[in-house]
Amino acid sequence: MTELRLELNGISKQYPAVKANDGVNLRVTPGQIHAVLGENGAGKSTLMKIIYGAVRPDEGEIRWNGKPVKIRNPHEARALGISMVFQHFSLFDTLTAAENVWLGLDRSIPLARVIQRIREVAEEFGLDVDPLRPVHTLSVGERQRVEIVRALLAKPQLLILDEPTSVLTPQAVEKLFITLNQLSQQGCSILYISHKLNEIRTLCHHCTVLRGGKVTGEVDPTQETNASLSRLMIGAEPPELKHREAHLGEVALAVKGLKLPKQDPYGTSLSGISLEVRAGEILGIAGVSGNGQNELMAALSGEDRRSPEGSIELFGQDISHDGPDPRRKRGLHFVPEERLGRGAVPMLSLAQNTLLTRHESVSRTGWIHKSEVLKLAESLIQRFNVAAPGPHAPAKSLSGGNLQKFIVGREVDAAPRVLILSQPTWGVDVGAAATIRAELLELRDAGCALLVVSEELDELFEISDRLVVIAQGQMSPSIPAHETTVEQIGEWMSGLWPREAAHVQA
Amino acid sequence: MFKLEARPQPSRLMSCASPLIALAITVLIGVCLFIWLGKDPVKGLEIFFVEPLKNAQAISELAVKAVPLLLIALGLAVCVRANVWNIGAEGQYLLGAVAASWVAMQAGPGTGRWIVVAILLAGVIGGAIWSGIVAFLKDRFNANEILVSLMLVYVGQQLLDFLVYGPWKDPDGYNFPQTITFLSVTKIPRLMVGYRANIGVIIAIVAVAALWVFLFRTYRGFQLQVGGMAPAAARYAGFSSRSALWIGLLISGGMAGLAGALEVAGPMGQLTPYLSVGYGFAAIIVAFVGRLHPVGIVFSSLLMSLFYIGGELAQSRLGLPKAMTSVFQGLLLFTLLGCDTLILNRLRWIGVGKPKHSEEA
Repeated sequence: MTELRLELNGISKQYPAVKANDGVNLRVTPGQIHAVLGENGAGKSTLMKIIYGAVRPDEGEIRWNGKPVKIRNPHEARALGISMVFQHFSLFDTLTAAENVWLGLDRSIPLARVIQRIREVAEEFGLDVDPLRPVHTLSVGERQRVEIVRALLAKPQLLILDEPTSVLTPQAVEKLFITLNQLSQQGCSILYISHKLNEIRTLCHHCTVLRGGKVTGEVDPTQETNASLSRLMIGAEPPELKHREAHLGEVALAVKGLKLPKQDPYGTSLSGISLEVRAGEILGIAGVSGNGQNELMAALSGEDRRSPEGSIELFGQDISHDGPDPRRKRGLHFVPEERLGRGAVPMLSLAQNTLLTRHESVSRTGWIHKSEVLKLAESLIQRFNVAAPGPHAPAKSLSGGNLQKFIVGREVDAAPRVLILSQPTWGVDVGAAATIRAELLELRDAGCALLVVSEELDELFEISDRLVVIAQGQMSPSIPAHETTVEQIGEWMSGLWPREAAHVQA
Repeated sequence: MFKLEARPQPSRLMSCASPLIALAITVLIGVCLFIWLGKDPVKGLEIFFVEPLKNAQAISELAVKAVPLLLIALGLAVCVRANVWNIGAEGQYLLGAVAASWVAMQAGPGTGRWIVVAILLAGVIGGAIWSGIVAFLKDRFNANEILVSLMLVYVGQQLLDFLVYGPWKDPDGYNFPQTITFLSVTKIPRLMVGYRANIGVIIAIVAVAALWVFLFRTYRGFQLQVGGMAPAAARYAGFSSRSALWIGLLISGGMAGLAGALEVAGPMGQLTPYLSVGYGFAAIIVAFVGRLHPVGIVFSSLLMSLFYIGGELAQSRLGLPKAMTSVFQGLLLFTLLGCDTLILNRLRWIGVGKPKHSEEA
C-alpha cells in the first residue's frame, strides 16, 4: 500500500450551537483528486480550515506523509506543503496580479523574479494569467487563476479548492479541470470541495461524503449516479419537479433599452438591456456574477430609481421612477440575493420582518396591529415549512435555507403578479431548494410572471421556460430553454451570442 | 484561563443582569477610589447613594436634575435608533432655552398662565430648528451629522452669550450678564408647594409613553429603526432614509429644546451664560445605559441624576474634587459596555496555561 499523503483520524470540532465535525476520518493518497461532498452546513468548510490550520480541532489526529502533525496556523500548513484556494478571493483590486501574489511571499524575493515565476507556472499549467494587469480589470475566472497560481508557487503537495466552480462559465470549468488533472499526474493531491454532483463524477477519483458533520459514505464517484450520491449527501432523493406547459398571458414586465451608468467604481454599467416577461412564464437570466445582475435587479426592484423614463414598464405603465413600495402596490415583488441585511433585518423577529414588504397589518393611521403581524408570520412558517421556534425568533437565528424559505414565502404569499428573484436557492440545502423551486413553478402555473437570476445553470434549466444571458451589462436575445444546451448558454456567458439577432429583438 | 466565545443565542438573563453588575463594579471601584483618596468609603457611598434619597426634598431635587436628562436622552434614543448620531443635544438644549426666554420676556402685567404653554412650545421649536440645520446640511450636502451637531453646540453657546451680554441684558442687573428675572406668571407650575420639582416630571412621563408607542407600535417608528439597523433592508422595503434623518433629528432637537425651556422657565427663572451644565452630553450616556429603550432611560436618568447630586455633596462635605461626578459617569458607561459583551458571549474555562489562539478565516 502506498503511503498516505494526508490522514485524518476522528476529527471533531464543537461550535457553541452545532457539532461541525464529529469523528471524521479522511484518507488522501498522493496524486489523488479527492472530493469532499456535502450540503451547506455539513461541515466541509470547517474540516478544510482544520487541515489548513485556520481552526483547531477539539479531538482527533492529523498525519501528514505518515507522521502525526499539529497544524497551528496557515503559515505552518504552507510550510508543510498545503495550499488553499478560498471560495471568496482575497485579492486587492487596485494592485496587479503579480503584486497580489508578491504580498503573500517572502519579501526578499524581488518583484521581477515573482513575475517570471508566475509566467513559468502559468505556462506549465496552461493558466492564462497576465501578471501585470490590475486585479480590478480581471474577470472572476481570471482572478481565480491568479489565486491558483499563487497557491502553486509554493509547490504544494496538497491543494485545497473550496467550491471553485461556483463563479465560472462551463468552458472555464473545463479548463480548470485540465489543470487539475495535470497537477494530479505530477503527484499533487487535491481536495475538491463541492456540492455539484456532475463535476465530482467527471473529475474526482475518490469521494468522501459528509452529512451533519459525520462521514456518511466513501465511494468511487465514477461508479455512482447522481441519485446515489445525492442519497448519501441528503439522505433522500430530491423530489421531482412537475413542469406543466406554459399558458402565456399578457406582457407583464417589459424593459426597453435600459441604459444605466454604474454607481460603484467596480460595478457594471447596463448598456441597452431589453427583455419581456409574460404572465405565466419563468424567464431565467444566466450569467457569470458581476456582469450587471445586481445593477439590473436594483433598477427593476426600485432600489435604484435612476432608470430613464419609459425604460421599465409594468403592465404597460411606466414605473422607471417609482420606488419599491409603489411597485409592490402594483404587484411587482422582489426577493434579493442577500438574505440577512437586505431581505430581512437580522436583529428583528420574523414577525417584524413581514412588515418590510407586507402592510396588511398596518392601519391607515400607521398603527401596527401586533396580533395580525404575528398571525401572518405564523401562517408563513406553517405554509412554507420553515424550521423556526416561532414568529418571535430573530431572523439571524434561522439557517440560510429556512430564512430563504421565509422570505420567498413572504413574497409568494403576497400573490404577486410579477415576482423577481435573485439567486433564489444560493447557499440553500437541497431539500429547501426543491421546496422553493416547486413554489415558483406553482406560482407560474397560477399566472404570475417570474424573472429569476441565478448562477446555477442546472437550476435555470430546471425551472425556466425561456433563458437570456447577461454579460458585461448587455443582454442576449431570449431562447426557449428546451431548444438550447448548457454549452450554448456557456458560450453566451462570455458575451458571444449572435449580435444581429439581438438587434432584431431590440 | 478563560476563553470568550459566542453564545448561540443572546442571554436574556445577562441583558437584565448586566446593568446591575455594571453598577456593582462601579461601586466597587468607587470604594477603592475613596480609600485611595483617603476618605471613608462607607461615608462616601452614603453621600453618593443614600443622601440624595433621604427625604422628599432630596427626591424632588433628584427629579429636577433627572427630568432634563430623561427628556434629552429619550430624543437621542430615537435618533440613534435611526442611526443618526446627534452629539449636539447640548446646543439644541441651549437654543430651546433661548427661544423660551424670548417668549417669557414678552410677558406683561396682563399676561395669563397660557404663556407657559407658549414658552414650552417655543423651546421645542428652538431646539428643533437647531437640529434641523444638522438635518438640512446632511440631507442636502451629506455633511457629517456628528461634526455639524457638535460644532453647533459652540455656536449656540456664543449666540446665548451674545444675547445676555448684549441686547437681552437686564438694564437693572448691575451689568451682570443675565436677562431680567422672568415674571412669576411665566414660571413652570410646581408639583407641590415648597418643592422645586415641577410639571416637567409629568411631561417626561407622558414623553416616555409617547415615544414607546411611537417606536414599538407605529409603522413610522418601525421604518425609522429598520433604517438604523439595516440600511439595505430599508432601501429594499422602500423606506425613506431622508424621512428617518429628519424625524430623528427633529424629535431629538425638540426634546432637548423642551428640556431647555423647562430649565430656564423653571428652576432658573432667567437666562444666564451658565445655563450649559453638560446635560446634553450626559444624556448620551443616559440613553446608552438605558439601552435606547424609553423605560430603561427612566432608570438611567435617575441614576445619572444621583451621581450629579452625589458629586455635589461629596464636593461640599468630603472635599472631593468635582470631577468625581464625571469619574462615576464614565465608570458606569465603561463597565456597562464591558458587561454587555456577556449578553452575546460567554466565558468558558479552558484550563491553565493553554495558549490563546486566534481563529482566522
